Amino acid sequence: MAFENLTSRFQMALRRLTGKAKLTENDIDEMMREVRLSLLEADVNYKVVKDFTEEVKTLAMGEKILKGLNPDQQVVKIVNDELTKLMGSEASELNLDDDLSIILMVGLQGAGKTTTAGKLANLIRKNNNKKPLLVAADIYRPAAIEQLQTVGKQLEIEVFEMGKTDPTKIVKEALDYAKKNEFSLVIIDTAGRLHIDNQMMDEIKTIAKITKPQEILLTVDAMTGQDAVNVAQTFNEALDITGCILTKLDGDTRGGAALSIRKVTGVPIKFAGTGEKLQEIEVFHPERMASRILGMGDVLSLIEKATEEIDETEAMNMMEKMMSGNFNYNDLLKQMKMIKRMGKFSGILKMLPGMGQLADMDKVDDKQLVFIEAIISSMTKEERKDPDLLNRSSSRRNRIARGSGRSTTEVNRLISMLEKQSKLMRRMAGMNPKNMENMSNNIATGNFQPRQSRADRRKNKK
Amino acid sequence: MGLFSKLFSNKEKRQKAEKFKIGMMKTRNQSLSSLKDILEKSKKIDEDLYSKLEEIFIMADIGVDTVVEFVENIRQTVRNNKIEKPLDLENIIVDQMFELYLKNEVVNTNIRYNKEGLTVILFVGVNGTGKTTSIGKLAYRIKNEGKSVMMAAGDTFRAGAINQLKVFGERVGVEVVAKDAGSDPSSVIFDAIKQAKQKNIDVLLIDTAGRLQNKKNLMMELEKINRIIKRETNNQSFETYLVIDATTGQNGLSQAQIFSEVTDITGIILTKLDGTAKGGIVLAIRNKLGIPISFVGLGEKLTDLEYFDIEDYIYGLFSDFFE
Repeated sequence: MAFENLTSRFQMALRRLTGKAKLTENDIDEMMREVRLSLLEADVNYKVVKDFTEEVKTLAMGEKILKGLNPDQQVVKIVNDELTKLMGSEASELNLDDDLSIILMVGLQGAGKTTTAGKLANLIRKNNNKKPLLVAADIYRPAAIEQLQTVGKQLEIEVFEMGKTDPTKIVKEALDYAKKNEFSLVIIDTAGRLHIDNQMMDEIKTIAKITKPQEILLTVDAMTGQDAVNVAQTFNEALDITGCILTKLDGDTRGGAALSIRKVTGVPIKFAGTGEKLQEIEVFHPERMASRILGMGDVLSLIEKATEEIDETEAMNMMEKMMSGNFNYNDLLKQMKMIKRMGKFSGILKMLPGMGQLADMDKVDDKQLVFIEAIISSMTKEERKDPDLLNRSSSRRNRIARGSGRSTTEVNRLISMLEKQSKLMRRMAGMNPKNMENMSNNIATGNFQPRQSRADRRKNKK
Repeated sequence: MGLFSKLFSNKEKRQKAEKFKIGMMKTRNQSLSSLKDILEKSKKIDEDLYSKLEEIFIMADIGVDTVVEFVENIRQTVRNNKIEKPLDLENIIVDQMFELYLKNEVVNTNIRYNKEGLTVILFVGVNGTGKTTSIGKLAYRIKNEGKSVMMAAGDTFRAGAINQLKVFGERVGVEVVAKDAGSDPSSVIFDAIKQAKQKNIDVLLIDTAGRLQNKKNLMMELEKINRIIKRETNNQSFETYLVIDATTGQNGLSQAQIFSEVTDITGIILTKLDGTAKGGIVLAIRNKLGIPISFVGLGEKLTDLEYFDIEDYIYGLFSDFFE
């Protein structure tokens, strides 16, 4: 997921600082060089990076740090704090009127406005109990109206369209229609436009004037490079945008554009698009993004997602089971089903601290989940309860392979996956909210994994 | 006057290159200190100047690694030739950029038509880069060359994608082979190849759904599409264009890398170069993976697709030298 490599670069840079009693200017310079390169590779704007590293350096060189007890951790803290500050420190709420809220979606071509308009309508309907109307005001791109209609149909949300009429007329009529029919939310999908296309920018300004939206949301592709700043700045100057939505964050981009946009325009990023399904949109949590950059994982997001999708007691039982280390195939199957509900497996794992690489290791995709189900279904009840049985007997493994119609290699892979999982769970056992703070310190300084895991493994053996 | 300036004193050449400039120039003066300014204001060639150069190239999305390599090459040339005046860097920079792109090869990105039958061109890329629009533009161009063209609506996933292609089909006046939304893209493509052969079509352009390169399922689907085209065209080489949005940052490298693993990318179409983004990531892609750029998209009209020309591109980047 986003910021993955940035995390490892930071960890590398910060590792060098651990265990030093005192930091020299050289140490800080070296670290700042890593930070700078890493941020540039993540597509953070050049000037933003420059300012950021300078600020951190000054702060790190100040009295505060050198007199402290743990200079290395203080630098980590400064980097984290500054990064959080840069990203904006808390999640930004939408400004929604009680009777009729109007949201205007704007952005470049191909950023994902239409899909996001649908996702957002669905999300607000669910969270704020609103009756949404989608308005098709992109009359330029071929089949754009049809695309919105299809999205609307999938979500059972009404779409207002007038074909290729003047968009300013469409939005006027749409608002009348919404008022007459007691809609409480109107989301207007507009054509993608270049920020330097004066004619098109005039059009969107007029639309904004007519509709007086509570929110003007700029949709930005998370993969955007250095130009993100130009785009955001120009749109902001023309329209006073109220927020950004970062799309395609489920890609492997590091998404540094998020930092740049925030810094240069001061506009908060409000949502993140995290997949092609119409449910895959999340409230953007800047502080969590910043801690993810520092390698503290995004445990909070995971917990929130899990509670939304999963019955709490079921989840608690599962957690206990996982942490106990007695993890068997019944549990794995249950877990698989849960994960299926929550979304992509690797996406979940990546939210956890230090698990970035592990998540890539298995690359479990939806299809494989079906195969795994088939394999587990071909096991006897005893085998499901006691994974050791399979470790010892190749005839059992062959039987299961035949029964499930999968290859023995796949059966073996599942067996080693369960083992890996059990180990992973044991390693994570120490991760409850009580010692979270302790842990994040360890992670931030890069010595979380080995220490914790060895100690835990020994504990579990006893 | 450097060699490059002389090249562009040719009026015809310059007119063509202007098109690139229009795209890439617009906000440059606000956002970037111009190369000319920097060279003129610098008194000597020093670290400060080098770091300003770095800034320019990084702001063009060329990427840290490639920029570091690039600036190092400039440094070496300066050392070897004992160059002292900042303004003399102009030629070196332009030269090095040529070298970075050409790599001592003759880069020919013309479409390689199959002389004995159907030429297949496959379009791949992440979501929202402009695949469908580029197909429409390329269909228009090829049709105007006097060839018969057909399009295959292989994006059966995105809402409205099939109709979008059909609209382009009508505008250009070429047939579109399509099935219902949600059907297997491979079967659409299989049918399209069959029909194209039956009807003696010269060129078949195949649209595919946008996919993020880290989605394993979708990349496997693309692998299958690639396999089917290979089989149905008797392993004749065909063009596969990776469509990249000029605003893309460093992720473009990952896109090129991973898409190359499942298809044989023969060229890049760099779209939306009419914005303020410079699309420098394609230089990094060329530098690291050797994939050349075939076409650039310079606007929304059907005619706004041009063969990529490294000279024009460099002109677009540094055109303030020629004003």
